[in-house]
Amino acid sequence: MTAAAEGSPLLRMTRARRNALLQSEPVQGFALISPTFLYALILLVLPILVVIAHSFWTQNYLTIDRTFTLENYRIALTEPIYRDLLWRSLYISLTVSLFTVLLAYPIAYFISFHGGRHKSLWLFLITIPFWTSYLLRVMSWKVILGYNGVLNSGLMGLGIIDEPSTALLYNSSAVIITLTHAWAAFAILPIFVSLEKVDRTLVEAATDLGDGPLRSFLRVTLPLTAPGVISAALIVMIPTVGDYVTPKLVGGKDGVMIANAIQAQFGKASNWPLGAALSVTTMLIVTLMAGATVLIIRALQRLAR
Amino acid sequence: MTAVRRFLSSGWLAAYAFLYVVFLYLPVIFLPIFSINTAATPKFPLSGFTLHWYEDLPRTPALLDAAWNSLIVGVSAAILSTVLGILAARSITRYRYPGRRTINGLIMAPLVLPEVIVAISMLLVMLQLGLSLSLFTVVLGHVLVCIPYSMTVLTSGFEGFDRSLEEASSDLGESAFGTFRRVTLPMVAPAIISSLLVCFTISLDEFIIAFFLTGTEATLPIYIWGQLRFAAKLPGVLALGTLLLVASFLLMTVAEILRRRATRRTQNEGGLYA
Repeated sequence: MTAAAEGSPLLRMTRARRNALLQSEPVQGFALISPTFLYALILLVLPILVVIAHSFWTQNYLTIDRTFTLENYRIALTEPIYRDLLWRSLYISLTVSLFTVLLAYPIAYFISFHGGRHKSLWLFLITIPFWTSYLLRVMSWKVILGYNGVLNSGLMGLGIIDEPSTALLYNSSAVIITLTHAWAAFAILPIFVSLEKVDRTLVEAATDLGDGPLRSFLRVTLPLTAPGVISAALIVMIPTVGDYVTPKLVGGKDGVMIANAIQAQFGKASNWPLGAALSVTTMLIVTLMAGATVLIIRALQRLAR
Repeated sequence: MTAVRRFLSSGWLAAYAFLYVVFLYLPVIFLPIFSINTAATPKFPLSGFTLHWYEDLPRTPALLDAAWNSLIVGVSAAILSTVLGILAARSITRYRYPGRRTINGLIMAPLVLPEVIVAISMLLVMLQLGLSLSLFTVVLGHVLVCIPYSMTVLTSGFEGFDRSLEEASSDLGESAFGTFRRVTLPMVAPAIISSLLVCFTISLDEFIIAFFLTGTEATLPIYIWGQLRFAAKLPGVLALGTLLLVASFLLMTVAEILRRRATRRTQNEGGLYA
């Protein structure tokens, strides 16, 4: 209708073509996301590349010697102290993710299958403690498990023990308990989401065909929720491997984890390349462990059917 | 009636759920309990009620500085990450293009990476770039970890958004910006406010990144970390911690209510008038 006012047909065509390109879905969508994408590139991808680069260099007092070397990786993998810390971190994160998933599954199941109208209220109730400061939650475990802490004074008050137990705090079990508590909600949510997707008629069909509640759960519901279990396990396993606060506050000497060693390299010890190599090694090993977990859960899923 | 019967039929699961919620809340509840206890060490039996530890808080200049720093960092991080979150969430929910999933995965990655590794990588880059560590570098770090949460809140607010409303608006002669301001924005406003609150809360409570990326200025969690070394200061820390817990709790409750309203608004038949 305004075509006549828009000038020559040729001009109109190029403008139309340009507009078509600018207004095409992919271009607009990409243009819109690019600031956020660039932010993540500059503050996440670039830094990780810089860490990887550092892991092949050497600290030379205050300067960094940029000749390529694998020495840092040799130290990270063979020095007993780092090897032990790595193993302990992997053991702790694996145990924590196993516990959180086992403890979280029944809750997610309860909310999804028996939550009725109050599903979102239950979810809210369960997630709200996790929006409070992580540091404060770890601190409260220190208050509970400490020598003069809640548990000891409570048990003594009840006459169950005579003197405070030192076995509660400053070991890897304290780290495992605290982390299991801290990551509980992160495991519930993905399992809940996958349970919600389970077609209820399939469960009914299994029951109609003679499966008891347990069998239909094991053969229908559980295998169908394997993706949720996988993401719950990974979402807990990967971050906990690099946890710094919990081992520092409740771990004591026996609960030190790899993140504390990494921090030391960037702080007091001031050996950035070694700290970088430890970070890269940790990430690689946890990726392998995560991959193995996915494969194992998938294999179990096939077996169950 | 049926709801009650269903609840009872799942008896042991319900009992487990109840115990689980107790397990989740119990540790957190000890902080307020011992913050109003007269004894300096947190142990039973309680020795008496006092507000003394709270009264001391405003008289600590270092604490007030830390609170001010946290406020500045929190507000800046919340605004920046919500703006970046809006752009990304809108792009993800509205457009289809190649690489969309990869980009989304990259933006969400800080959620599942060990925080220490994210923090030290940013530290290395910032030192290499010659940026001196300050509250500004803390904000940069917090924005990175807040964006995934902001995205989650906003995507659920933007999803199911009826595109025909926007089309109607542009058909009626409104410009793209005008449509955004007068149609899109009012509908997604609750999600945006919810995202601001969530990001502010995360920044307020975040420790690791602030710990690595700050220079001499402390935020509240860093102040608390410093105080933990002194056993005698514990009740004061518990009092401060309680205030932070209450603040996070209130902020998150408001954010959740708003997020639900946003979801209802975009998904109801009534659209804007719902």
